[in-house]
Amino acid sequence: MIAGGGMLVGFSALSNSETGDNTEATPFSPNAYIKISTDGKITLMSPNPEIGQGVKTSLVMLIAEEMNVDWQTIEVEIAPLDAKYGSQTTGGSGAIRSRYAPLRQAGATAKAMLMAAAADTWGVAVTECYAEKGFIVHKNSGKKLSYGELATKAAGMPVPANVPLKDPKDFTIIGTRVKDVDAKAIVTGKPLFGIDTRKEGMLFAVVARPPAHGKKLQSFDDSAALKVNGVKKVVQVKNSVAVLATSTWAAMKGRTALKINWEDASKLESTTDHEKAFRDLLSKPAATPNRNDGDVDAAMSAATKVLDVMYEVPVLSHAQMEPLNFYADVRDGKAELYGPTQVPQSLVSAVAKELNIPATNVSLGLPRQGGGFGRKLRPDNGVEAALVSQAAQCPVQVQWSREDDMQNDYYRPSGMFRFKAAIKDGNLEAWHQSFASLSNGRSPDTYPAGAVQNLKIESHSLPTNIPTGPWRAPTHNVQAFANESFMDEVAHELKKDPVAFRLELLKKAKEQPVGKLAYDPDKFISVIELVAKMCNWGKTPANTYRGFSTWFSFNSYVAQVVEIQMLKGKPRITKVYCAVHCGKVVNVSGAENQVQGAVVDGLGHAVYTKLTFNNGAAVQTNFGPYNFVRMRNTPLDVVVQFVPSEENPTGLGEPGLPPIAPALANALFAATGKRFRKMPFVDDIQFA
Amino acid sequence: MPKYTLSVNNKQMSVEVDADTPLLWVLRDELNLVGTKYGCGVAQCGACTIHYNGNPVRSCQLPVSAVGNGKVVTIEGLSENGDHPVQQAWIEMDVAQCGYCQAGQIMAAAALLKKNSNPSDEEIDTTITNICRCGTNVRIRKAIHLAASKGGKS
Repeated sequence: MIAGGGMLVGFSALSNSETGDNTEATPFSPNAYIKISTDGKITLMSPNPEIGQGVKTSLVMLIAEEMNVDWQTIEVEIAPLDAKYGSQTTGGSGAIRSRYAPLRQAGATAKAMLMAAAADTWGVAVTECYAEKGFIVHKNSGKKLSYGELATKAAGMPVPANVPLKDPKDFTIIGTRVKDVDAKAIVTGKPLFGIDTRKEGMLFAVVARPPAHGKKLQSFDDSAALKVNGVKKVVQVKNSVAVLATSTWAAMKGRTALKINWEDASKLESTTDHEKAFRDLLSKPAATPNRNDGDVDAAMSAATKVLDVMYEVPVLSHAQMEPLNFYADVRDGKAELYGPTQVPQSLVSAVAKELNIPATNVSLGLPRQGGGFGRKLRPDNGVEAALVSQAAQCPVQVQWSREDDMQNDYYRPSGMFRFKAAIKDGNLEAWHQSFASLSNGRSPDTYPAGAVQNLKIESHSLPTNIPTGPWRAPTHNVQAFANESFMDEVAHELKKDPVAFRLELLKKAKEQPVGKLAYDPDKFISVIELVAKMCNWGKTPANTYRGFSTWFSFNSYVAQVVEIQMLKGKPRITKVYCAVHCGKVVNVSGAENQVQGAVVDGLGHAVYTKLTFNNGAAVQTNFGPYNFVRMRNTPLDVVVQFVPSEENPTGLGEPGLPPIAPALANALFAATGKRFRKMPFVDDIQFA
Repeated sequence: MPKYTLSVNNKQMSVEVDADTPLLWVLRDELNLVGTKYGCGVAQCGACTIHYNGNPVRSCQLPVSAVGNGKVVTIEGLSENGDHPVQQAWIEMDVAQCGYCQAGQIMAAAALLKKNSNPSDEEIDTTITNICRCGTNVRIRKAIHLAASKGGKS
């Protein structure tokens, strides 16, 4: 356990090899991802920040697979920010997708150099040697040398280009179930996170920011704050006031004692204003449709029936469990930073720009992070900490409270959809969707585009001073809800089975696509057929109601079935089936966990959660009022299966989330005969 | 500032802090026991759960002046070698995603098993009220059953 006295924790990635043992040399480091020391210690670097998506484990599996190391013996570190790791941004479910080949190449190159070193030592041909669990073995004699023993010599071998990669059938690590490399440290409470940073001379800071969007700092009086036990300094940073103290609690009490005058700088918006504006926008056509296939208006006129409904989604906070924080030490024209971010490169650029120093004078170490969900795609937490350190002239950890997080988020934008469908002769003739939102997010080529003869997609964005940003599966997380719930309405109107109806549409998209086709109908069909098989679709268990949905995002395909039971008139979600096509699965345990988590996340937000504004201030500023899914609302089981594939991996952190809300809405319709078109559902029905 | 001597993980520890300081911040900022996490400060999320005289308590709501001679156990003191049956079950089920809330979840689960060595789903669901933003709830429930099957109350 760390003793008192400000021992630095988690900074080992900043120095090259701070290990605690007495190994002075890391002789073999063929690339930025691999370090082998003479005592046999092998350290592999995960180049992307770990925010709970599992890359500290899965990215390293890619290197380890091609290196033939013993998984049980390696050490894993999160790489600090360094250009040699390429883009270290974590977002868009992209880490495994973009690094699948390069990281395997890094491992294969190291293995080739170790084999060359062994062959040279023994005076034999490389082809007579093979690598196994951290050793190079000579086939005929059985002689073997460990990677540690070979490290010094391997470092002198020429670096080969384009080393052949393994045939997937020879994988022994990729495609298996591997536990999180930090599992033991997590369950024993080790200081892994940014919030756990403790450093000599560091003060704890909290910041008073404007209490509503649209307000700015006018003046403040810090005399009472400075009298609070433990408070050392108060500094102004732009539109905010920071209180620095010897403990977080003292800083919080100091902030409460500040007397601040805020003034109105722009309009103070309320959720009710937004809802009215969305309705106004949706009553008119957009200037230019995002997509316009066939003739929707003619099909609507010729229809025997037109469905015309609205769907609504609220603003959400990211609410990652670790409230934002950042450590910064700015002095002598340099900045040393450590903290949670999904965008290391742009955070450093932003800090350098704000402090007016070269980016090369800014260093950034990356801890494990208590969730991200898109919040940390903005660098504001790091920039603010740097400015506080600069103004206070001391190292500082800025800690946000949960209320700070919820008032100062880049929120999931709220929005409203209008859907119209033309029905004639038992067919879906036209599909018309309009979306009005606080953002300009849109995905016009999303399914069912390509499968419907006449289709129009329109979007309107409402200008606002409420900051919005990406939230797990941006745009998809609202679009899937509206699209796939409405699709169920259409299937019901046509008296078609919801699964059979999707398969019919996708068959059309495959055989006679209309306009641009942005998805692969065969892969879509593969997940729908798999989930139908998993749950024995068509044979619903007694006292159970089912809803189905499917969605394509981040190049992955997901189909889901939700089962609910009605307990004294209240729905209880009992079981969820998920079929996923995401190419090759790297870590089966981690991948399954991501999909199960996305399901609970998506269900929870669909049923319980919303954030509203009153005159620019968030009305729900902490868990409780910001209603959140808990154990008693969690399905008893979430069963996940992957369509077997040797294709390169596609996204997985996000694609499991979008289809779950409509699958639940459709199950609720099956149970109650009512459509649930507005999130959160708990506003309209009480859950068991 | 007043001085307090606390029993934390079977050790006597002294701190000088204001009387209203929540135990959470005493543990984190004074005693450097940072395994106990801050998540909400209003007893909603459970990330700060510790054992106080054997009961699960949200340490953000327990002022240091009220701790007295009570025995405080944090995640760092739950077991000597990190091998409490609940900790083992958490590793075995590969529960964690980001991992931030898990110390609180584990402390809540260990306290439950001490009182009820073989809880039903229903009993787990009503007792464990912690929040996991990553949605690892399904694996948490399974891990509690697994720990129970291994004699989880130790």
